[in-house]
Amino acid sequence: MAQSQIVNDLTIQAATVNGSGSQSSNLVLTKAIFRMGIPVAPKNVFPSNIEGLPTWFDVRVSPDGYQCRSRDTDILVALNINTWATDVPVVRPGGLIVHEATYARSGETDRSDVTYYPVPFAKLAKERITAEGLRKYLTNMIYVGVLVELLGIEIEAVEGALRDQFRSKLKAVETNMEAVRLGVDYARENFEPQDRYRLQRISGRTEGKILIEGNQAAALGGLMAGCTVAAWYPITPSSSLCEYFIQYAERTRVDPATGERRFSVIQAEDELAAIGMVFGATWTGARAMTATAGPGISLMAEYAGLGYYAELPGVIWDIQRVGPSTGLPTRTMQGDVGFVYTLSHGDTRHIVLLPGTVQEAYELGMAAFDLADRFQTPVFVLSDLDLGMNLWISEPFPYPEKGFDRGKVLTKEDLKTVKSWGRYRDVDGDGITYRTLPGTADANAGYFTRGSGHDEDARYSERPDVYQRNLDRIARKHETARGAVPKPVIDEAGHAVAILAYGSTHHAVVEALDILRDEASLELDYIRVRALPFSPEVAAFIERHERVYCVEQNRDGQLGALLRAELSGRLADRLRPILHYNGVPIDARSITDPLVEAERPAAAVAV
Amino acid sequence: MAVAPASRPANTNRLGLTRELYKGAPTTLCAGCGHNSITNHLVKALYEYGAAPHLLAKLSGIGCSSKTPAYFVDRAHGFNGVHGRMPSIATGAGLGNRELLVLGISGDGDTASIGLGQYCHLLRRNLDCTYIIEDNGCYGLTKGQFSATADIGAVLKKGQVNEFETIDVCGLAIELGATFVARSFSGDGKQLVPLLEAAFAHKGTAVLDIISPCTTFNDHVGSTKSYAYVKEHDFLLHTPDFVPAADDVVVDYEPGTVQDIELEDGSHILLRKLEMEYDATDRIGALTVIHEARANGELVTGLLFINTKASDLATREKLPPTPLAHLGEDDLRPSVDQWSALMAEFA
Repeated sequence: MAQSQIVNDLTIQAATVNGSGSQSSNLVLTKAIFRMGIPVAPKNVFPSNIEGLPTWFDVRVSPDGYQCRSRDTDILVALNINTWATDVPVVRPGGLIVHEATYARSGETDRSDVTYYPVPFAKLAKERITAEGLRKYLTNMIYVGVLVELLGIEIEAVEGALRDQFRSKLKAVETNMEAVRLGVDYARENFEPQDRYRLQRISGRTEGKILIEGNQAAALGGLMAGCTVAAWYPITPSSSLCEYFIQYAERTRVDPATGERRFSVIQAEDELAAIGMVFGATWTGARAMTATAGPGISLMAEYAGLGYYAELPGVIWDIQRVGPSTGLPTRTMQGDVGFVYTLSHGDTRHIVLLPGTVQEAYELGMAAFDLADRFQTPVFVLSDLDLGMNLWISEPFPYPEKGFDRGKVLTKEDLKTVKSWGRYRDVDGDGITYRTLPGTADANAGYFTRGSGHDEDARYSERPDVYQRNLDRIARKHETARGAVPKPVIDEAGHAVAILAYGSTHHAVVEALDILRDEASLELDYIRVRALPFSPEVAAFIERHERVYCVEQNRDGQLGALLRAELSGRLADRLRPILHYNGVPIDARSITDPLVEAERPAAAVAV
Repeated sequence: MAVAPASRPANTNRLGLTRELYKGAPTTLCAGCGHNSITNHLVKALYEYGAAPHLLAKLSGIGCSSKTPAYFVDRAHGFNGVHGRMPSIATGAGLGNRELLVLGISGDGDTASIGLGQYCHLLRRNLDCTYIIEDNGCYGLTKGQFSATADIGAVLKKGQVNEFETIDVCGLAIELGATFVARSFSGDGKQLVPLLEAAFAHKGTAVLDIISPCTTFNDHVGSTKSYAYVKEHDFLLHTPDFVPAADDVVVDYEPGTVQDIELEDGSHILLRKLEMEYDATDRIGALTVIHEARANGELVTGLLFINTKASDLATREKLPPTPLAHLGEDDLRPSVDQWSALMAEFA
């Protein structure tokens, strides 16, 4: 059967050894394709290791611009002998395999339905790359060159991407280009051209767009929100968030004349110290954040509870990863939703934001500071390794239109006009009380900040009625927040069945909805939850649907369980979990396969 | 030595405030608790130093000691943090508003056990703050268990003997590069008050380990933190005197009798020699004295070590003079042009 040509719709997988420097090659490859106007979605699947363990980098290319992972590999670049035997069998029939020439083909690695392109990478590097110290890294650039020749990637786009990668270091760009050309020449001289897969410049898809990591977007959100104190403890996959924040703040918040820095980032001794520093800073009125992953959240639990009861603002990013601490730290999961929502001992319900895109990582990352100040409470922003550490296509982020919402803060001028005030008096009936900041020059400004053992005027109290009244008031504040947190994004056309998802799962849902419509004639509505507590719109949406599939990247359907607890039994019964939890980012088929299976009998009944 | 007092209205300090304003809520600690004496000395020291109440941040962790912030300077802001983690609150507060006089009050359990990590890292960073350890060698609120500052061989009320090495919070602090380390006794206001004032004036972390007997659980024969034991074994390094920074104060003393150390704000701590030659700026000497005293079963008190040359955290962080908490959109957001340039880099 003659194979038709596949244009701009394929996944390249580079299987390499961790620490071999393949990251720059993969980023250059990604950016070059992006610069040709073709939507890309790179996924880095890497081990918890500095050097030696296997690592995979997928570059998905799709004309529709799908940003989720694809299960399929069309083109394999095999540069790790240790995974050769398992990498080859998963390549799609008709696929291409570029591999180190010395790898032997036998049994499962010797397929007749794929095309092999053996390249003597090691030999070429040894003979032709003179920069000995860089040889290991430049070897990877050779495969970029091979792919340029095989797939028709524009060499100018590669050169442009290299310029970006190495900024203005012309020598580095030239050295890398030499390695790329080595691959181009080798492929041209030794391989027959193939026309099964092509990459062709298109227009209208990536022009004017940006390619950015979720952690970069989050850091920019903090920058624009006026975060001045960041405290953190390094932990994958969140570390880069604070490092990016430092980078951006050093570029925009340093006084050129004096060298004064309008920010401070402290690498704390652990995560409990990090969140303590955040609360210390916000108590004085500074905006502060921390970033961590699940194990850090565990350590923060005690202060998170105090922050909730003492009513202190603070922004806590949780870039979720597989648990527990000694689990798979470099794999992704939406595993902390249930834990974070009620983090602490005692009755606790936090505001939790759930960005699904890089633009939302920026916008909700900024909104988190306003919400934290307005509700005087810790606000958790849940991202994950996939959203945080991978590159995503987005519109450029808009410059904020609004100033900071600092919430109910009484200044010394305010205090002159009020007869009396109490830190925990609910003057406005919304559960949100007024605070003063240390340093406010008024004899009545001071108050004592402690946990739940206080009356409306912040005086110590163990009285049962006072304690209960305080708890009820904080619950009222939480209800106010329900109407103020980001609303769900709803895509509805009156269908009976719907999908509910949140966070990075969104991108697989987008593709899944298309597949369901095109391949199974199933048309579904879609609601994407963006915050806890649930907005009233969520229950209303479920009311309008017969079945709602809750897609999550965890085993226990954590968000579904939180939702079920708030719904009436009748509505709760409409929720059906679809769960993905193998550590790699969810793909569309992981949604469509179980959904089609589940809908089949229902469809039969309908007929 | 003669110190000429500044002329000001009677019964007020340099801010014109009365001592009454430096008081707080009545204590809820046991009668005779050393901590209550410390509170009184704190009131005196803050009054005499002339701390502005609205700029005072009273911080603490958990334990008997950590209740203290409620008992002085009622009108100041206070923060009761979680057990052993007050230093992180102090760090955040000090960064958020560098104008604050950050005063942390901890205990031996809060510092040397659950809070040892944060204590160590606070010292490494040299945050501008005063860190008081009300040290009674035991846990009061949970009814008298040993803490990590209990001496080997110390006996609990119910007879248990401590067999574990003691953590010397002063020796440890000096080891970690602390820039102001003093040890004192709750019953010795003459020594403690000038040390406290010097601690407030010092730009950096000032640690004061104040032995403060627990009358309920650790004031018996066999205890090494009892009133009787401390009085008998107290070895005074010198007699300290604090001289505020002011033009009209004249300091006069016999040469060779006093170590005069100028603090960062121009105030002085004068250490009048007793029987021993002691240089409070000598780190190794300080460690030697601490070790020798422990070997001799003595409790050495005074200003053990001071370094006025190190930068505090806010200085190292190159923070502007305006507190970070007071900066707004214009100070913190990049311009539209800067933003466009940033965005362009991702294209």
